[in-house]
Amino acid sequence: MDTIVPAGQVLVPPAAPDVPERTARRMFGQPLPRIEDPALLRGEGRFLDDIPMPDPLHAAFLRSPHAHARVTRIDLSAARALPGVVAVFDADAIARELTGLRMPLGFPSATLQKDITPWVLSCTEVAFVGEAMVMVVAESRAIAEDALALIEVDFEPLPVVHDCHQALDDREPVVRSDAASNVAEQLQVGFGEVDPAFAQAPHVFAESLFVHRGAAHPMEGRGVLARYDPVEDAITVWTSTQMAHEVMHSIAAMLGMDQHNVRVVAPDVGGGFGCKYLTYPEEVAIPAAARCLRRPVKWVEDRAEHFISAIHERDQYWDVEIAVDADARILGIRGRLLHDQGAYTPQGINLPYNAATSVTGPYRVPAYRMDVIICQTNKTPVIPVRGAGYPQAAFVMERLLDRVARELALDRAEVRSRNLVPPGKMPYDKGLTNRAGVRSIVDSGDYPATQAAALARIDHAGFPARQHAARAQGRFLGLGLANAVKATSRGPFESAVIRVSPQGRIDLYTGALAMGQGLATALAQIAAEQLDVPLSMINVTCGDTGRVSLGMGGFASRQTVMAGSSVHLAAVEVRHKALKVGEQMLGVPVDGLRLHDGRVEVAAEPARFLTLGDIARKLKGAPGYSLPPGVTPGLESTGLFQTNSQAHANACHACEVEVDPGTGAVRILRYVAVHDSGRLVNPTLAEGQIHGGIVHGIGNALFEKMGYDAEAQPVTGTFADYLLPTSTEIPQIEVVFLETPSPTNPIGVKGIGEAGTIPVAPAIVSAIEDALAPWGVRVAEAPLSPVRLLELIDAAGAG
Amino acid sequence: MSSEEPLREIAVTVNGTLHRCEVAERKNLADFLRHDLRLTGTHVGCEHGVCGACTVLVDGVSARGCLMLAVQADGCTVETVESLAASEPGPAGLGPLQQAFRDRHALQCGFCTPGILMSLTELLRDDPSPDEEAVRLVLSGHLCRCTGYQNIVAAALQAARARAGD
Repeated sequence: MDTIVPAGQVLVPPAAPDVPERTARRMFGQPLPRIEDPALLRGEGRFLDDIPMPDPLHAAFLRSPHAHARVTRIDLSAARALPGVVAVFDADAIARELTGLRMPLGFPSATLQKDITPWVLSCTEVAFVGEAMVMVVAESRAIAEDALALIEVDFEPLPVVHDCHQALDDREPVVRSDAASNVAEQLQVGFGEVDPAFAQAPHVFAESLFVHRGAAHPMEGRGVLARYDPVEDAITVWTSTQMAHEVMHSIAAMLGMDQHNVRVVAPDVGGGFGCKYLTYPEEVAIPAAARCLRRPVKWVEDRAEHFISAIHERDQYWDVEIAVDADARILGIRGRLLHDQGAYTPQGINLPYNAATSVTGPYRVPAYRMDVIICQTNKTPVIPVRGAGYPQAAFVMERLLDRVARELALDRAEVRSRNLVPPGKMPYDKGLTNRAGVRSIVDSGDYPATQAAALARIDHAGFPARQHAARAQGRFLGLGLANAVKATSRGPFESAVIRVSPQGRIDLYTGALAMGQGLATALAQIAAEQLDVPLSMINVTCGDTGRVSLGMGGFASRQTVMAGSSVHLAAVEVRHKALKVGEQMLGVPVDGLRLHDGRVEVAAEPARFLTLGDIARKLKGAPGYSLPPGVTPGLESTGLFQTNSQAHANACHACEVEVDPGTGAVRILRYVAVHDSGRLVNPTLAEGQIHGGIVHGIGNALFEKMGYDAEAQPVTGTFADYLLPTSTEIPQIEVVFLETPSPTNPIGVKGIGEAGTIPVAPAIVSAIEDALAPWGVRVAEAPLSPVRLLELIDAAGAG
Repeated sequence: MSSEEPLREIAVTVNGTLHRCEVAERKNLADFLRHDLRLTGTHVGCEHGVCGACTVLVDGVSARGCLMLAVQADGCTVETVESLAASEPGPAGLGPLQQAFRDRHALQCGFCTPGILMSLTELLRDDPSPDEEAVRLVLSGHLCRCTGYQNIVAAALQAARARAGD
């Protein structure tokens, strides 16, 4: 961790905000190795497809090959007759197992068009390539796939909506025959006197921008395994999800079962990045089949399916204007966002809402208005991927600021400095409300200092000389920078239960969900800080609805803040309880006791002690014997940290690139990322989150394009044509942390999972433009492939 | 399994143990290891040979478990991630490369990790002191969505240094 700023350089003193009674053992803030690692490294991880289930059946799905078509005939007889096939479910057959055939809306909304969610199976009309139509259940996956090939379907192709702009054209077809229009919802967000600000502005600049983000592509796709128990009329469903509890509620509702009889367990999850924060049709169909057939049923998504049936984030078109005064100070921003929602809206409008409300980011913008049109197209449905609209918004904002700098002949960093919210204005009211209806208040952070740190680290002052020298050698270097803010720690709550067993083990259960971040380690560190135990004494269980009744799961960079705070609250209470019992059982006042290494010991006489297990044994009760006075049963506590305010993480990224104007190749020479995510629970894990976030952003800037043709047929269905970044495209990333504690939560932390992604594309694109300044190339889109960059160079040259 | 499924007998040595078994002709090596031998450490990420998660060593050479049929491994020696700890167990039951991964936080979700460990095992056998470029070149045959690769590079270089210091 040589890139951590030493404590003396931290801008705001990292004094812990109200962390009560920290023990001698420092766990919070330490770069400890992860408790998750040994099993994963030995090949003993337990991902969905690794669960040893005796004799399961295997499912495979027939998926639509058409972007839009009416189904005139389905013949399942040959599939049903194939030896080894146990059942074939079409929409009618699955409907008999369910309370409804349409999936519930993830985030209920009064304003959204009705009947807009996906079907569990769709056998009369299909609205995107990849839509599930028929489920085959067989003795093996191979047989199930063989049977798919025997299903005969007659399709009558229908006109296709392939793009946002086409969706808005009155003459064009409707995305689904049950859709009232191709506009799922239209909304406006903003504040201030926008039009007067523009009318009086000395400078107004307009940009039309296209921002594409592909898909999530965790290395493990989705997968579901369900086992029905006819004795209890109960079902256990293992699923590779980011939200076990909501999946449990969806299954209970769709299968008409009591919550009591549905248990959802997330095993090791091989990455999520947003695409697993949803209840998918398969997560309903598989349990329904298991209950119907009275045998375990498993479905493991393959990559070909993931490309078309797991959600995307995809396209946004932004037509925006910025008004500035003579000194480049922002007077207003306004515009229109067209958002491609795909064929259905499984979750809600949160992605375009986030995008539209996060444009102003770390900047002071006195007046703002964005008209948002959520367009339906015959493509895979859309929900947020890592960053959730913020990367697009940052692209828009930073492109506008680069335009201002160019037009007013100012340095790009200077234009930003003049407009960043100064630390003295914190907490800063953004003028907007979040979807909880709560004012968006930026809680803390020092944005100018963050940018200054990035500029210093990359030697911004020395860059013109480097650029000049390179040009003399025929090499084209550019420097780019971008700022970002991410509202993290989405509420309303997260759960944590800490329970000490009579054996002295500490069990920690949470409704938060681990997808690879090291959540178990981070939460264990927060608990261990209060209980003064080594991490090896703590078992962490995430995402098992049989263990904890409430939970929200993993989204919006929330878990370290929300689950971490709940763990902290629970651990503090367990600590107090242990000391209180110790006081009575050892006969020593509490200030003469200390908690150390899993024991309550007499400070002056450490040989006199009780283990936490002794205390747990006492508090589990013995028949007829009283508990110590004033102490409730059980050495355990439940923390339910609740908030509607958000901890705002911020970042400034700066990079140097080299562009080959002959090939369009872009090489990133240096990448500096300065991040403030409040207090860091584990700086090593925090840095890992930034690395991964940045590389995801590099993918969005240069490589990742989920392509469709004009018939809405996907044209990038493999990793050979949908390019994820690989090790040879990635430079050494230099991470610097500032630690401004957040006042929004008891442990002063801010989320970190997404902030790394947000400023990447605008920083890289800014650097590319800078490198190609001799040609005057203007970039208004991401991702930017070499071929596209050559086109832009040619166009600029021709111009 | 359907009675019509064509089967063939193979003999394959996996992690030092000889297995003689009947296997479906169309079953790939990764599925054979995972389903028939219950060695689920080898993961399947794309089934088209790009992501590298299913990489194993066949007669000492890295191979995509998803692009090779199990019957093609007849008579071969296969090494999987489950073999790495056994040869030189360290403190957490980890071999030196695995320990370096833990020390350098070179894994997050851990799904792609087994394949990467196998490719790097091959590299370190062939070239005990690779430079960063050599490591990155080998890693370019693997996709990892979590780590950004940087800590994996550091772990491989650390493992090489540790070996040189032995």
